[in-house]
Amino acid sequence: MATNVQNKPLTARDYKSDLLSDWCPGCGDFGIVAALQGALAELQIPQHRVAVVGGVGCSSKSPHLMQTYGIHTLHGRPVPFALGVALANPDLTVVVTGGDGDGYGIGSGHFMNAGRRNVDMTYLVYNNEVYGLTKGQASPTLAYGQQTKSLPVPNVQERVDPLSLAICSGYTFVARSYAYNKKHLTETIKRAIQHPGMAIVDILQPCPTYNDLHTKEWYDQSIGVGATQTPRVYDIEAEGYCGKVNNPKDAAEWERKEIAALTKIRTPEDRIAVGVYWEVIKPTFMERLYPLNPQLKERAVCLAPLADNAGKPLANLGNVYEEFRVS
Amino acid sequence: MTNTETVNHFSWTIGGPQGTGVDSSAILFVRACALAGLYCYGKREYESTIKGGHSYTNVRVSETFINSHVDPIHLFTAYEKTAPLVHAPAITPGGALIYDPKVTDPAQLGLQNGVSAIAIPYDELLNELAAELNQPLAKVMIMKNTLAVGASLAMVKFDPQYVEAALKGIFTDRKAALVPMNMRAVEKGYEAIEKLGVAANFPYRLEARPDNPERLVMSGTSAVALGKVKAGCKFQTYYPITPASDESVYLESIAAEFGMNVVQCEDEIASACMAVGAALTGVRAATSTSCPGFGLMAEGIGWASMNEVPVVIVDYQRGTPATGLPTRHEQADLLFTAFISHGTPQRIVVAPGTMAEYFEDAFNAFNYAEQYQMPVLMLTDKCLANNTMTIHPFDESKLVINRGKLVSDEELARLSQQPEYQGVFKRYAFSEDGVSPRSFVGQEHGIHWNAGDEHSEIGHIWEDPENRIKMMQKRQKKLETALKGIPQDKQFKLYGPENAECTVVVWGSTLGPLLDALPILNSDGLSVNVLQLRLMVPFPVDGVSQILNRAKIKVGFEMNNTGQLAKLIRMETGIAMDHMILKYTGRPVSETEAVAAVRDVMKQQVKEVVLHYGY
Ligand SMILES: Cc1ncc(C[n+]2csc(CCOP(=O)(O)OP(=O)(O)O)c2C)c(N)n1
Ligand code: SF4
Repeated sequence: MATNVQNKPLTARDYKSDLLSDWCPGCGDFGIVAALQGALAELQIPQHRVAVVGGVGCSSKSPHLMQTYGIHTLHGRPVPFALGVALANPDLTVVVTGGDGDGYGIGSGHFMNAGRRNVDMTYLVYNNEVYGLTKGQASPTLAYGQQTKSLPVPNVQERVDPLSLAICSGYTFVARSYAYNKKHLTETIKRAIQHPGMAIVDILQPCPTYNDLHTKEWYDQSIGVGATQTPRVYDIEAEGYCGKVNNPKDAAEWERKEIAALTKIRTPEDRIAVGVYWEVIKPTFMERLYPLNPQLKERAVCLAPLADNAGKPLANLGNVYEEFRVS
Repeated sequence: MTNTETVNHFSWTIGGPQGTGVDSSAILFVRACALAGLYCYGKREYESTIKGGHSYTNVRVSETFINSHVDPIHLFTAYEKTAPLVHAPAITPGGALIYDPKVTDPAQLGLQNGVSAIAIPYDELLNELAAELNQPLAKVMIMKNTLAVGASLAMVKFDPQYVEAALKGIFTDRKAALVPMNMRAVEKGYEAIEKLGVAANFPYRLEARPDNPERLVMSGTSAVALGKVKAGCKFQTYYPITPASDESVYLESIAAEFGMNVVQCEDEIASACMAVGAALTGVRAATSTSCPGFGLMAEGIGWASMNEVPVVIVDYQRGTPATGLPTRHEQADLLFTAFISHGTPQRIVVAPGTMAEYFEDAFNAFNYAEQYQMPVLMLTDKCLANNTMTIHPFDESKLVINRGKLVSDEELARLSQQPEYQGVFKRYAFSEDGVSPRSFVGQEHGIHWNAGDEHSEIGHIWEDPENRIKMMQKRQKKLETALKGIPQDKQFKLYGPENAECTVVVWGSTLGPLLDALPILNSDGLSVNVLQLRLMVPFPVDGVSQILNRAKIKVGFEMNNTGQLAKLIRMETGIAMDHMILKYTGRPVSETEAVAAVRDVMKQQVKEVVLHYGY
């Protein structure tokens, strides 16, 4: 993570490109991009040191709205593209923006395997329970039996739980937030970016066009009656939950916190919890490589010089030829 | 010595179950021959199993550089039961079979007349060896194949000092202690043959050559790997698949020396996308795979074309379709590669035909990729990928790195001071030759976007019809630029007499047997030359048409069932082949078969010949 060395502090506006979005009015995606811009401004990361990588879908168009390097890739594949960027230049801030269909459906293999590697990057999943850009089919997060607007029949498939999957796959920062809680979302994205390792934020994102069950109004409702009334969306950390492993060397603490996180995620309740469920510091992919391959620590592979001034390759095969030489 | 003795032309096969050291026997044999100044071409065949499948290596030895195997076997060495059942009938009269009398009855093998069968009492010899070395029998058993190599070399009266030197080259450092043990096993083999007194009448001899220029013993996957390293490739991704992963595993073993990052991915979709993502930062990035994995890369390759990303992807062709013949040879991905990914994305396709070209094209691929800003797809095949060959050191003297149109930090800083600078860089700026200057992700003042959708010069999605035409033309233009820029001798090559009556068109490793067949055919009263195609996309229409128009008889010679190169040539030039020689048994073609097949189509005017030989 690089920081701004220019004199003028960067504001959220500085991370906004000139492009106007083509999202439907009221789409939750607006709030997410604004929060990402706000988080980057708080962290003062120079624009050119940020790469925002999208898949394909409404949400995946976010990179175009960012005044940073923007990489709009293939449906389901933003994670491997982003891993390529992050591993070739570990000094960059790499943020993936993609849909729930993109990440938990077609890209699920990459989603799982990214956890195993713990590369330092941030994955923001815009979770609207539908495939927005293809007109509202059920996504992997829509519950069994539910019937959103475009579904001809109720959903017959069950939903996956991305948060417990992420923890079990090895993600080292696992959070949920809500697109219209700008303060919480900005703060969570900021923490995710600052986290040294693979972070995921599953963001509840109303899709007013295709998800008529879980609308902004629905999320904003209070539930219960009379004195027991509470907001539907609440912050677990505000209620005292802490998912952070303070001493990763303490196996007992690790296990206790991991079980607590999974229990919290898997316990059904009427309210919807947001917050950081799981946070632990573990060696990143690059940190695991450095002892095996010290040159990688000296400089990013993308900065290694390849040729001398005359264009002659610098790689000297002298030693490696030994294995093959027979005279 | 009889007057019919053949010196330094020899074809030896060793076979046995996979996992019993067939491979290491062949490597020992080849290295010993190379140390004695001889050249080898080692053809390796194995099944898609780990232990127990039938495997063998045929080593052809010569005084001069050779590019192929021959079908007759002069000596077949067996140390178990199954291999001779398959190969014994191919032993040529005058040749010999070495076998284990405990498991093999030579009368049951259908040996040709004039083939001697030589029984080696392996168990007895190994027991003696165990006693001599004061080692348990189990520890000595694994040297059965080494003993077999000793017996084989004794048959051709080969000087054992080269075997010892070869062992020293194989067992180095911590393993050096294994040299004397293994040498004792070799000597046991020599002693057994001496005791039987059979070598004197065996009409083949391998003699050391005094002139001994520097040589390497190598397989194709390593040649490609070294070409990549030389080119400064520092990021390689892969997903395990035969025969491609040998390249990546080797790269991983030397990665620390070159500061290269080799990443094993969850699948080939990720391999392709990760390499492309890395390339956006400016690193030279690559991935390697084999047919099924290459299929999974299609969409990523299209994206790289659309975003003009330089990336190198090597496909080691094997038997197809589907998982086909996973460990066998074929050249059936040409059309798939030429058209891979939907639409008409741009890519360069190179198809080297020799080990030296594997190295050279792997190196050049990165230059092409960066000069013309598109994926370069390299077609190799299982034959050369897995063969063990004696080659000369690669010629590095002419290698120059060309990174194409980059934009420096200083240039970007200067641009950012211009009044029209809006904080973005025109990464896809229209240009005369179609190639635009490239900024890397992370470069200050170089911000732009990438999109799989059609985009503007700065990379934002834009569906404007006029922009669409200009962008499509810009990207396509780069292929014209590439055809002009890639030296002609890297595009195609004519071997043999320029104005021959018959031109045989080949690609990939099929070049080898045709190169060796060429002098034989021409000394046989035929007039033949060989045209090798090495650059498939963009297709060198003019040069190839000129050559083909001169030939009275045009013969396509390919390792697939439909003649894919012939189809591509017809599509690009309108010129059709008169005859096709095809082989798709999964086994590469030999010099023997090539000579006969070309002679047959020329003399008998058959339209299409399908070759069968080999197991
Ligand atoms: C390989 C492939 N299959 C299908 C599509 C079509 N497609 C485009 S967007 C999309 C779904 C997007 O849904 P999601 O990822 O949840 O994002 P959202 O639009 O809801 O933000 C699909 C299936 C595609 N582009 N590529
Ligand atoms: S379809 Fe839904 S997710 Fe897509 S832009 Fe419209 S509201 Fe947003």
